[in-house]
Amino acid sequence: MSIVFWFISAITIAGALFAVILKNTVHCALALTVAFAGLALLFLGLDAQFAGFTEIMVYIGAVAILVVFAILLTRGSETPKGSVYSRYSLTGLVAAAGVFAVFGWTVLESARSFPNVQETPSATAKEIGYALVGRYVLPLEIVALLLTVATIGAVIVAMHEKEGK
Amino acid sequence: MFATLDQIFIILRNLVLGYLPEVVRPYVSVVLSVVCIVAVFPGLFALTTVFERKGIARIQNRLGPNRVGPFGLLQPIADGIKSLTKEDIVPTTANGAIHFLAPLVLVVAVFMGFAVLPMGRNMVLVDMDCALLFYFAMGASSELAVFMAGWSSRNKYSLLGAMRAVAQMISYEVILLLSGLAVVMISGSLSLTKIVEAQNVYTGWFPHWFIFTPWGLAGFVMYAIAATAETNRSPFDLPEGESELVAGYHTEYSGFKFALFFLGEYLAMFSISGLGATLFLGGWSAPFSFLSWVPSWIWFFSKLMLSIFVFIWMRGTLPRLRQDQLMNFAWKFVLPFTLYNLMVTALWRFMGDGWERWVACTALVIAGYVLLGRISMRREHFGPRSYRYAE
Amino acid sequence: MTPLTAHLLVAALLFSIGLAGALTRRNAILVLIGIELMLNAANLNFIAFWRYGPHPEALTGMMFAIFSIAVAAAEAAVGLGLVIAIHRHLHSTDLDQMNRMKG
Repeated sequence: MSIVFWFISAITIAGALFAVILKNTVHCALALTVAFAGLALLFLGLDAQFAGFTEIMVYIGAVAILVVFAILLTRGSETPKGSVYSRYSLTGLVAAAGVFAVFGWTVLESARSFPNVQETPSATAKEIGYALVGRYVLPLEIVALLLTVATIGAVIVAMHEKEGK
Repeated sequence: MFATLDQIFIILRNLVLGYLPEVVRPYVSVVLSVVCIVAVFPGLFALTTVFERKGIARIQNRLGPNRVGPFGLLQPIADGIKSLTKEDIVPTTANGAIHFLAPLVLVVAVFMGFAVLPMGRNMVLVDMDCALLFYFAMGASSELAVFMAGWSSRNKYSLLGAMRAVAQMISYEVILLLSGLAVVMISGSLSLTKIVEAQNVYTGWFPHWFIFTPWGLAGFVMYAIAATAETNRSPFDLPEGESELVAGYHTEYSGFKFALFFLGEYLAMFSISGLGATLFLGGWSAPFSFLSWVPSWIWFFSKLMLSIFVFIWMRGTLPRLRQDQLMNFAWKFVLPFTLYNLMVTALWRFMGDGWERWVACTALVIAGYVLLGRISMRREHFGPRSYRYAE
Repeated sequence: MTPLTAHLLVAALLFSIGLAGALTRRNAILVLIGIELMLNAANLNFIAFWRYGPHPEALTGMMFAIFSIAVAAAEAAVGLGLVIAIHRHLHSTDLDQMNRMKG
């Protein structure tokens, strides 16, 4: 495996680690952005340019900004009194470590039966376009409906209630 | 001879690469192109600062800077020396690392956008299949840098300026994307080189630029409005309005970091003008077919400087829009009109060649503009004013 | 170690870190951050299998990842709207305090 892949993976994992460890919530959100950028670079390394650039545009350009806005609107950037970890954090850590152990063992055990096709697949924008309105037209329409409903729902949930309602 | 001049930079690069071993050629080629971009565009930025100050000064009936050098043309050197030698003040309560990184992230994200602009025939740094998507992804990343700058300064005005700037940039980014989408629909590709090649066709001596079509003109106007708002230029410059918010999100930055923000803003202006020229104005193609002997990169940079001139002109002429007026305008008028423009573009595509599609699409665009303007930009009727005095 | 195995291990590690974040932090927004990390790890899995697996021309992995990104964005928006609404009511985002059904 190339050194570039390990470097990018190290950055991604470091970003993810800092996103769940740091005390200041805004620092966590910014570390999450670093993790997203690292993931987009991993996608680019896997010859999935469309997915990589979509990840940058949607996650860094929209989700990270949403998270930051939510932190600011809920006064999350003030230093919290007490610990930032919940009472049951040890159980959570053990569960996560267990999950990683199971996943890692599964991957390493079945590694010999993994496919390893070496030719670069072609995923031009034209092919993705044809696939979206050809084979995947139903998921496309459902996602469109879902996004509309989610937009309206998010606005209604977060709206200020009118006085005297 | 003119064909050589057109490809002079490619020829020079191949000359230099010829002296190097085969192994390092791709890397040196990329490094050379990057060095050219990093040298040319900040140089253009220096020139633009002095032209902007003189242009706005003349609009306001005064002279601009005229002391340093002939007609003030060496003013950027004085500005550069000033910003490099100023003391770098960082507030003690500011978040050190993020305060330091914000201008860097902004400048890096803006420079990345230049990698996909075709500046001449065969003169693209990276000829990607999803070039337009890459450009918009880099534009989206620069918004986060703005927020980082505003939040890390621990200053009410900075945070307010950053919030306004981010809200404005997000709203107008959707409009930017949708106006570019009409061009993608007609040219059938996200690759900017193919979009320019689709416009490099001439009937007689008239070019097939997309701005000369009804949907192209509407799309270009929407793109120009969104570009002005994305780069926080007047009349959309409330986030950095000098009379409103001290200096918005770059209040607490001094010296070189402020110069980096300034550089980032102007470079964003250049790259968005370059993209507008590529999408709508034909990129590096000549306006008349008998003028195609002029090198292609001269046409690209002329169109870029024309757009910059229009930006400067708008800044000197138009008053600033209030934040809620700006957001209302984006969500209630420009976005619906851009969606409508997409449908008109689809009609254009499927109507086939002929005079019918010209008449139909022009009529539809004008009708949509008038109707949407009447419906969504209605002025609210206020009742008589009531005053409440302090007792 | 083949590239596919390496990518899968990285994705598994990201997933566990996201899971740890979702289970151990107090702030509701950080739980959402953990969930986003988990979704991204699954996307990495999909793209890795699309690249190194048979029949990459069916574009299944890429399509799944693109739809997953869209759905995750929608879910983040709604989730953060909920967090803001709860904060308006309880004036805190501490999950340990949200243990009653009555408002």
